[in-house]
Amino acid sequence: MKPPKFDYHAPPTVDEAIALLTRYGGEAKLLAGGQSLVPLLNFRLSRPAALVDLNRIPGLAYIREVDGHVRLGAMTRQRTIEFSPVVRRRLPLLAEATAFVGHLPIRTRGTIGGSLAHADPAAEYPATLTALGGEVVVRGPSGERTLQADDLFQSYLATALAADEILVEVRFPAMPEGAGFAFEEFSRRHGDFAIVGIAAMVTGQGASCTAARLATAGVGPFPARLRGAEEILERDGLTEAAIEAAADRAATLVDPPSDIHASAAYRRNLTRVLTGRVLRRAIARMGGA
Amino acid sequence: MSDTVLVRMTVNGQPRQGRCEARKLLVDFLREDLGLTGTHVGCEHGICGACTIFVNGEAARSCLMFAVQADGAELTTVEGLTSDGKLHPLQEAFHEHHALQCGFCTPGMLLAALDLLRTNPEPTEAEIREGLAAVLCRCTGYQGIVNAVVAAAGTLRDAVESAPASLRHDALP
Repeated sequence: MKPPKFDYHAPPTVDEAIALLTRYGGEAKLLAGGQSLVPLLNFRLSRPAALVDLNRIPGLAYIREVDGHVRLGAMTRQRTIEFSPVVRRRLPLLAEATAFVGHLPIRTRGTIGGSLAHADPAAEYPATLTALGGEVVVRGPSGERTLQADDLFQSYLATALAADEILVEVRFPAMPEGAGFAFEEFSRRHGDFAIVGIAAMVTGQGASCTAARLATAGVGPFPARLRGAEEILERDGLTEAAIEAAADRAATLVDPPSDIHASAAYRRNLTRVLTGRVLRRAIARMGGA
Repeated sequence: MSDTVLVRMTVNGQPRQGRCEARKLLVDFLREDLGLTGTHVGCEHGICGACTIFVNGEAARSCLMFAVQADGAELTTVEGLTSDGKLHPLQEAFHEHHALQCGFCTPGMLLAALDLLRTNPEPTEAEIREGLAAVLCRCTGYQGIVNAVVAAAGTLRDAVESAPASLRHDALP
């Protein structure tokens, strides 16, 4: 099908984009990469009065290292992130997760800000932002505020952004030197959204674990840290028994939905299996291996 | 005509323009307004990849962009792969290796494969399969397409050293 009619605006500044959002009072949608929104328009599942295209605003696409953080402009394309030397060096988990986002021609257009603001709970970037303890900067009529991942994602496709706010920047603390990391997901077809995905980062020395991070995709209305599983590793160390126990614990921490793609029990089992897999791969990579 | 917009772009090296509604998909603009029917419309939600073209040198779905968004852009469609009436080495390889049957996916498959080879000039067969997963083919079972891309990867690497500039894959827009 073809999209219904809409007013089209391509403002040259963020402030003008915010003014347009205000003017349409919640009836306008922001157009970033369009890889999720345009299908919804084409199928007329979304019928906004107006589209506010962010693609003509200069200065919203960048990758910068600042004070131990990596800052990415909201309109930074997934393809740029995938091939970025800074991301590979400082946020290798983000680089690995990016390769799971759709396909390369999708990543050419898709943006990090768009993916986070769309907040599909099965998507890779919300899980990665959650695992790495990242935050986003949003701007509205009364200025900027910063939202932690936990505060950003509220429910299925729903964030804490107001109708007149725009996500303008994503900030990740750089991963510690030598941190182990892995992203794993299961989907029926390559490039699909995950039925279940798990992002992991592990730091430590030898078998001792100073910090473990595990976050989910696809098993709830928003990504979630698996804190109970992380604690097992931080307490017991990076042994095979601790990995098994953490994976078992992970499966009890999630309350996944049943839908056309998979049953709740299957998703719970995948959570256990994938948690074990990401941990083994992450631990094998520790120390820059 | 007040609710139409003027769209100007470079397609296959030629300046082109037209007027259309803001909601017109880029793929429909290429086909209906510019008469470039080589690019195909399949699923209209970014899954099948038949509409894949190059936007500013990188493969993208032309069903997930509005024509107005391509104002000022440089596009390459399947029609732009030939030069001086000669097939692109990738097209030659598709011909040689029986990489198409009905041909519906072929324009998207060619552009996606070319994008893959430009980001990864020496892909393994597994990497080729992963890259080609961006486009669905319902006829061939993919083996012929994989064989063609393997062959073209070698040809294109050789071409960079010896062929005239027009056949060099890195000389494409």
